[in-house]
Amino acid sequence: MKTESKLESILNKGEFAVTAEIGPPKHSSPEAIKHHAEMMRDYVDATNITDCQTAIVRMSSIAAGLHVMKNGIEPIIQMTCRDRNRIAMQSDLLGAYSLGVRNVLCLSGDHQKFGNHPTAKNVYDIDSMQLINMVRRMRDDKVFLCGEEIKQAEPRFFIGAVANPFADPFEFRVVRLEKKINAGAEFIQTQCIFDMERFERFMEMVRQRGLHERVHILAGVTPLKSWRAAKYMQTSVSGMIVPDEIVERLKKAEDPKKEGIEICIEQIKHIRNIPGVHGVHIMAIAWEEIVPEIVQRAGLYPRPKAE
Amino acid sequence: MIIAQQKPIQEIAEMVKDCRKVLVVGCAGCVTVCLSGGEKETEILASELRIMRQLQENPLETVTFVCTRQCDPEYIAMLDNLVEDVDAVISLACGVGVQYIAERYPSKWVLPAQNTNFIGGSIEHGVWEERCGMCGNCILHLTGGICPIIRCSKSILNGPCGGSQYGKCEVSKDTPCAWQLIYDRMQSLGKLDKLLELQPPKDWSTSRDGGPRKAVREDVIIG
Repeated sequence: MKTESKLESILNKGEFAVTAEIGPPKHSSPEAIKHHAEMMRDYVDATNITDCQTAIVRMSSIAAGLHVMKNGIEPIIQMTCRDRNRIAMQSDLLGAYSLGVRNVLCLSGDHQKFGNHPTAKNVYDIDSMQLINMVRRMRDDKVFLCGEEIKQAEPRFFIGAVANPFADPFEFRVVRLEKKINAGAEFIQTQCIFDMERFERFMEMVRQRGLHERVHILAGVTPLKSWRAAKYMQTSVSGMIVPDEIVERLKKAEDPKKEGIEICIEQIKHIRNIPGVHGVHIMAIAWEEIVPEIVQRAGLYPRPKAE
Repeated sequence: MIIAQQKPIQEIAEMVKDCRKVLVVGCAGCVTVCLSGGEKETEILASELRIMRQLQENPLETVTFVCTRQCDPEYIAMLDNLVEDVDAVISLACGVGVQYIAERYPSKWVLPAQNTNFIGGSIEHGVWEERCGMCGNCILHLTGGICPIIRCSKSILNGPCGGSQYGKCEVSKDTPCAWQLIYDRMQSLGKLDKLLELQPPKDWSTSRDGGPRKAVREDVIIG
């Protein structure tokens, strides 16, 4: 064990991990976060707290993570490279660790063009790969990015990164994953999977390179509420592949929400049998309430206890 | 070259609404090549402003001149006589030219007619594209001759990010993903293994982030 992360301990034990996602609110009340945390508490091993996803201003990931933690769930704070330079990032990492946060997910972040401040200036001082490496070196080499020594109490995060098997060039995605592992990534959460065949091809390449033995891959799933939601993801979200058959299935369904849950459960059951996948990451976008039912019906309840 | 595009005529007219006489100065450098601030555009802008003011029954007098380059003090000196009796000077140069004129004539109101866009080149007649981010520390030898600093919308050095799909960037279906281009190029050069090397954080101190930059060539300084 490199860290005090409960997620790390569960994954190291070889348990099939379950993580979910809580999107912080567009206001300063913690009530919704507390509610979602209480509801999910017994059903997930940790929850991601998004960092102004799609570049929309929301409560900060670290602050929301603290509310989640107070309500009994281990947070995985997300950190994007869009809004902060290396100085602010390292400062926030020290702060988050001091508050008890033990997991961080490093990512580039959606371009500000998609958000509610499209005229903002982006930062991208460092990229996600360099961020991963910075967090690892702060922990293992006890140094700041500049090389200066962290004289005491270095932040010891369990380091996460993302992989998108549906982005291009496809054959480079596994190579880039390897690069992230070399940089220091210890767990990976994937983009939501709808095209199972492509994900399986991705995993095959992962196994060929032996990467599943060097990193914990958590497969991303998203329950869809309607065919319109599916269509939107299919046509308007870059780096996503949604097969027509999923859109059609939701279109034909009498109760689309129920059908969306069914599809998600089927996906999880299928994913569990793909060699090299160590867990599932449920991104129920603006539908956090549904996570317990999905976990239960997918046969992933009760959750194991961390050591 | 520097690519600039003229501001909307209404915006320029608004800047000079209190003036009776203005000097409109074009530049024979980059902005002539990108068809936004040369002799022709200077004359057209002056005419447009005169016509607008004529219609408002508030005539504007214009004097026009095109400098060889507005980014060299010696060429700006040629305006000394022309600026004397004007209320304002409108420059059609890039932001450098506007500032050089303003520096030379501290008591004159100097206005920009252009938005200075980027460093780039033409890709077809009438279309220009950005190619260099002027970061002050070129890395094109690492990226197959394609600049990710300016052509990747996130300036990623270890791309492509998860928003790259079908060869396009997540910001627009019309924008090629720079890292897809880099990947294709490295593949055709047989150098894909280079992309597995972690590129370290960039030293941005040679870029805009280090403050206004200065280039000095001591061997050509006179005196």
